[in-house]
Amino acid sequence: MLEIEIDGKKLTVPQGSTIMDAAHSVGTYIPHFCYHKKLSIAANCRMCLVEVEKAPKPLPACATPVTDGMRVHTHSDLAVKAQQGVMEFLLINHPLDCPICDQGGECQLQDIAVGYGGGSSRYQEEKRSVPGKDMGPLVSAEEMSRCIHCTRCVRFTEEIGGFQEIGMANRGEFSEILPFLGKTVDSEISGNVIDLCPVGALTSKPFRYSARSWELSRRKSVAPHDGLGSNLIVQVYNHKVMRVLPLENEAINECWLSDRDRFSYEALNSDARLTRPMIKHDGKWHETDWQTALDYVVKGLTGVSAQHGKDAIGVLAGAGATTEELYLLQKLARAFGVNNIDHRLRQRDFAADEGQTGALWLGSTIAEMASANAVLVVGSTQRHEQPLLAARLRQAVKKGAELNLIHVADDELLTRVNAKLIVAPQALADGLAQVLKAVAELKGASANLDLSGVTVYDEARRIAESLVRAETASVVLGSVAQHSPVFSQLLAIGGEIARLSGAHFGVFSEAANSVGAQFVGALPRRGFAGAAVTAGLNAAEMIAAPRKAYVLWGVEPEADCHDGQAAVAAMKAAETVIAFTAFKGDGLLDYADVLLPTAPFTETAGSFVNMEGKLQTFNGVVRPLGETRPGWKVLRVLGNLLSLQGFEQNTVEDVRAEFVGPFGDGAAKLSNAVSGVALDKPAVTGLVRVGEVPMYHVDAIVRRAPSLQATVHAKAPVASANPAVLAAAGLADGELAVVRQGACEVRVPVKADAGLPEGVLRLAAAHPATVGLGGLFDPIELKRG
Amino acid sequence: MLSAESLAKIDREVAKYPADQKRSATMSALRIAQQEKGWLATETIEFVANYLGIPPVAAYEVATFYNMYDLKPVGKHKLTVCTNLPCALSGGYDAADYLKQKLGIDFGETSADGRFTLVEGECMGACGDAPVMLLNNHSMCSFMTREAIDKKLAELE
Repeated sequence: MLEIEIDGKKLTVPQGSTIMDAAHSVGTYIPHFCYHKKLSIAANCRMCLVEVEKAPKPLPACATPVTDGMRVHTHSDLAVKAQQGVMEFLLINHPLDCPICDQGGECQLQDIAVGYGGGSSRYQEEKRSVPGKDMGPLVSAEEMSRCIHCTRCVRFTEEIGGFQEIGMANRGEFSEILPFLGKTVDSEISGNVIDLCPVGALTSKPFRYSARSWELSRRKSVAPHDGLGSNLIVQVYNHKVMRVLPLENEAINECWLSDRDRFSYEALNSDARLTRPMIKHDGKWHETDWQTALDYVVKGLTGVSAQHGKDAIGVLAGAGATTEELYLLQKLARAFGVNNIDHRLRQRDFAADEGQTGALWLGSTIAEMASANAVLVVGSTQRHEQPLLAARLRQAVKKGAELNLIHVADDELLTRVNAKLIVAPQALADGLAQVLKAVAELKGASANLDLSGVTVYDEARRIAESLVRAETASVVLGSVAQHSPVFSQLLAIGGEIARLSGAHFGVFSEAANSVGAQFVGALPRRGFAGAAVTAGLNAAEMIAAPRKAYVLWGVEPEADCHDGQAAVAAMKAAETVIAFTAFKGDGLLDYADVLLPTAPFTETAGSFVNMEGKLQTFNGVVRPLGETRPGWKVLRVLGNLLSLQGFEQNTVEDVRAEFVGPFGDGAAKLSNAVSGVALDKPAVTGLVRVGEVPMYHVDAIVRRAPSLQATVHAKAPVASANPAVLAAAGLADGELAVVRQGACEVRVPVKADAGLPEGVLRLAAAHPATVGLGGLFDPIELKRG
Repeated sequence: MLSAESLAKIDREVAKYPADQKRSATMSALRIAQQEKGWLATETIEFVANYLGIPPVAAYEVATFYNMYDLKPVGKHKLTVCTNLPCALSGGYDAADYLKQKLGIDFGETSADGRFTLVEGECMGACGDAPVMLLNNHSMCSFMTREAIDKKLAELE
C-alpha cells in the first residue's frame, strides 16, 4: 500500500493504482474524456492533467501510477490552467452546434466546457470539417466533426467487442474515426459506443432527433430478451418509450447492454401492436371490448372442456412473461383442471423431466462463471444467444481463463479457445461423455453412467485436463444444447463432470424468465415451487398430439416452437385458439380465434428471475397502449369469471407475495440434478438440420424492431454445410438450393463452411424466410434448386 | 491477390516476430504489397490484413498514417520534396515550385501522361544535403538545385 495525498486529503492506495483511481476512491472528480474504467488507458485527451509536486509539468491522472508520498493537486492554479488550455484546444475544431446536437444536455464536452472552457474563442481560423460515416442501422456517425478523438469507441470494439471494427485513420489534424471502407459496425454489442462517446459524434440512429435528454424521465427496468437480466434505464416521454440505456450493475451487465436489449424498444411503439381485444367471427376479425372478449374466452374454455374434457386444452407460455403472469397462469390452468402447461417451447428432449427436482439455472453466479479458471461451453452460439456473456467470457480469457467448446459449428468467437470438439447435434452427448470419461480417468474415480461405448479423443482429453487442472471451473449448456435431441443426456453427463471435477454446472437460460417459469411451475410435471402435480403433456406432446383448444401466452408458435410447421398445423386443427399477446402477428391472425392485448414488460409491473436465480422486480414505465392490460390483471379477472378460488389479489405485490415467500433467496429451488437418464446415441441417417434461432428473431418484440431487423444479423438466412455435403448434393457455394422438411420447401442460397461437421445443414429458424420448416434439429433434405 | 514472390517476402518479415504478434509485420507487409501493386487499394489493404490475421481497419490506420503509402494510383516516378524547415531554408520551396512549373502539376497530383507524381514530404533525415528529394520512396536525391532537378528529370525521361 502506498500513502499519498490528493488535495490535502491523505489516503492509502494499492500498488499499481493510477492517480485517477486514487482520486475516485476519495470522491475527487478529475475531468476526463478518453479515460474509461473498463477500457485500456490511452491518455490522449489530456483533460485529466493534474499537478504533482516535484514533477516539472502537469501529468495525466489516468496514466500516472502513484508513488509513495506523492502529493497531487487537482485544482491548483497549474492544474486548472493546464485543463483550461486542453479545453481550449479541444474546442478549436469542435462545431458550435449544441442546439441541434443530439448529445446536447448529456454531453461530457458541454459539461466540462462549462467548467473549464472560455466564454469565447480566440481561434479565428477555419475549423476543419469531417465527412459523416455509415456505421450501419444502429449507430449514427453523421457528424464526425464533433469527434474529439478520445478513441473510446476504437478501444471498445477491440477490447470488449473482440474485433476492431472502428479505427482512427490519417494523422494529426486530419485524423478521422471510421469503420473500414465500405464496412458497417456489426458487433452484437455495438450500441455501447453511443454511451461511450463523450460528444455527439456517435449517436443512436433510431433515437436521433426524437427528444431532448432533459425532457425524458428515467425509469428502471429489466431486459426481457435473454436470461442475463441486464438492468435497464428506460427513458420515457409522454407515455412513450423513447430509448433504452444500461443501468450499471457490476454483477450482471457491468455497464454494457447488448444491441438486442438496447434497440428492441422500437417495436413497443410500432403499428404491429395489438391495442384492442379482437374476436374472429366467420373468418373476419372484429374489435371488441374486454368484457365481451373475456366472456368469449370463458365460453370457449368451458365449452371445450365440457365436450372433450379438460385434457383437450393445452397452455403454451412464453418464458419472456413475468413471474407474476406465469404464476397466475399455471394457478389458473391447474385450478380449472388443465395440466397441460409448458414454457419450454423450443425444447425437443424431455426425458429428464421425471428425474428433475428444481429449476435449471447457471449453477453459479454470473461473476463466478466469469472468474472461473476454465469454462466448458456446450452447444451455444454464445455471441448470438448471450451477447454480453460472450463478451464477459472474452474478458475472462484475457485474464487467463481457458475457454473450451463442444459445439455444432466452428464459429468465430473473437477470443482464444483452448480446445474444441465440433460435432453433429445428436453427437453432442457423445462429445460431453468423452470429456466425462477423461475426467473420471484423470481423477481416478468412476462415473455413475455407463461409458463403455465411449472412445475418448485427444481434444476431449484436453478439455478434461483443462477442467481438472483449473482451481474453479464451469460447465454450461447453451441454447443449442437445450434444443438438441440429447438435452437430458447432456444434463446427466454435465452433472457427473461437475461431481467428479468440482466444477459448477448449469445452463445459459434462454429467455428472460426461464428460471422463474420453472420455479412457479409453468411445467407439466412440477407445480408451483416444485409441488407434485398430476402430470400433463409437455410442449412437444401438446403439438404432437393436437389439443382441441390452445391458450397462448405471449407465444407465436410458428417462430417460438421447436417444430413451427407442426405447431401451426396443431393450431389450425384446434377448435379454438386463445392468444394473449402484445402484437397482432400474421400467424395469430390466421389461426387464433380471440386476441387479447396483454402488456409487454414496459407496461406492466412484474419480475424476472435471471439465470443466476436472482429475482429482479420492475414497475411499468409507461401507460399500457390503447386497451392493453397488464397480464396479471387479465388472469386475475379470468380466474374470477371462471369462478376459481384464489384470485382475489388487488395489486401486483399481492401476487408476488404468494410466490416470493417460497422462493426465498432462490438458491434452494435451483437444481441442475437429474436422475434416471441413460446414455444412448440416437441413430441418424441422412442430413440433420442445425436450426439456431437468430439473435434478432428470438421473441415477438425483437422480431418487430425495425432497426434491428435492418442489421446484417437479421438478413435472410443462408443454408451452410460442409463442402462435402454440398458436393454430394451437386451444389456449389452460393448457388440456390431447395431445402425441405415435411411439407414445406424453401429456396435458399447455400454456403460452404468447412467448420461444420458432416451430415448437418445449418439453417436458422424463426426467420420469415424459413418459418414454415420443421424441427430445429430434425432431418432435412437438400437438393438442387 | 499478391504474387507468390511478394507473399514469400511478407512471410520472411512475419518470421521476424513472435508467432502471436504477426501484427508487427504490418508496415513491411504493406510496403511489399505497394511495391508489387504500385499503390494500396482498399482491397489490397484488406488482403494484407487478412493475411496477417488482423482487423482490416487496423491495417488501414497504418496505411493512412504514413505518407509513403500511396492510397491512390501514382505516376511511374513519385517525387517527394521535403519542405520541412532545414530544406525550406535551403531552397526546398524553390525546388518544389520549379518542379510544379516544369511538370505542370501541384502537390498530390499526377502529370497527364501518368509519368510523374509530385508529393510534399517531411524530413528525411538528410538535412545536410538540403534541399532533398526522394524518388519512388527508395532513392534519395541531394542538393536539388534547378540544375540538379533538370539533370535528374532528364535521366528519368
